[in-house]
Amino acid sequence: MTITGGIEMTLVSVLIVAAALIGIGLYGALSQQSFVMLMMGLELMLNGAILAIVGFWAFSLGGAPEGQLLAIIVMAVMAVEMAVGFALVVAVYRKRQADMTESLTELRH
Amino acid sequence: MTDALFLVLSALAVWSGWRVFRVDSMVRASFQLLVSFIAVGLIAVLLAAPYIGIATVFMMAVEMMVMALFMVMFMMNPAGLNPMSMVHQHRFAAITGGTAFAGLVAAVLLSDLPANPVPPEAEAVRDLGRELLGPSMLIFETAGVTLLATMIGAVVLSARSGRYGESDAGSVPPGLTPGGAPAGRRPAQGGGHHDHHWGH
Repeated sequence: MTITGGIEMTLVSVLIVAAALIGIGLYGALSQQSFVMLMMGLELMLNGAILAIVGFWAFSLGGAPEGQLLAIIVMAVMAVEMAVGFALVVAVYRKRQADMTESLTELRH
Repeated sequence: MTDALFLVLSALAVWSGWRVFRVDSMVRASFQLLVSFIAVGLIAVLLAAPYIGIATVFMMAVEMMVMALFMVMFMMNPAGLNPMSMVHQHRFAAITGGTAFAGLVAAVLLSDLPANPVPPEAEAVRDLGRELLGPSMLIFETAGVTLLATMIGAVVLSARSGRYGESDAGSVPPGLTPGGAPAGRRPAQGGGHHDHHWGH
C-alpha cells in the first residue's frame, strides 16, 4: 500500500476529477440565482473540461502538441465567456436594475 | 511523490470547487474558485503540460480578481457579514449535477481509453510553440481575432450610451415616420401588462 492508498495519476483518475468539477459546476450553474455566481458554475465546468483535455493529451496522444492547442482554445473561450457575460450583466443592470435570474423571465421589456 | 501530489491537488480542486457554492461571501467564493483553478493548473504541470498549467494559474488569478471586483460592485453582501443563500431549484440542480458526474464516471470506466503517454524525453513547451507558430498559426490567429471581437462587443454592451440614447434612461427607437410610433416593437395587445413607454 502506498501513501496515496493505491490511487495513481492515470487517465481514469484525472477524468474522474474532471467529471467531479463538471458535476459541481453544473449544480452551481443551475442552482444559483445571481448572474455572477451562475457564471462561476460555468467557469468551474470549463475548468473540468481543461483538466480532461490535458489529461487526454498527456496519456493518449504521445506528446503531439495539437492536444495542448485545444486546451488553449478552451481558455480563450473562458475569457470570451467572462467578458461577454459581465458586459451583459452590466447592460441588463443598467436597463432593468436586475442582478438575479428571476428578474429576467421575459426577453421583452 | 507525483501520485501523492496529484491526490492532494485533486482533492483541493474538488473541495474548493464545492466551497464556491457554500461560502457566505461572494468574494470568498471567487477566491475558492481561484484555488480550484490553481490546483488544476498544477495538475497540468504534473501532467507534463507546464505551459498550460502556468498560463491557467496566471490567467485565472487576473480573472478572479475581476470577478471579485464585480461581486463588490453588483452584489449584496460581498463581505459575507450575513449568511447568504441565493439558490433556486436546489433539488433539481443537485440531482442533475450528480447525474452528470455519475454518467461521466460511468463513461470513463466503461470506455476503452487509449494509452499512449507523453514520452519522458519530449519537450512539450517547445513543441507547442512550434505548433502555434507553424501549422496551427491560423487557429491561433483566429483566437486572437475572436478576443478582439469580444473586446469590442463587451465595450458596446456595457457602454452607458445605448443604441437610441442613455441605456439606463429607457432608450426607445425612433419612429418610421416623424412623430410616429417607435419602430421595431409593438405593445402586446389585449391586456399586456408591460410598462411600455410608448404606444398608449
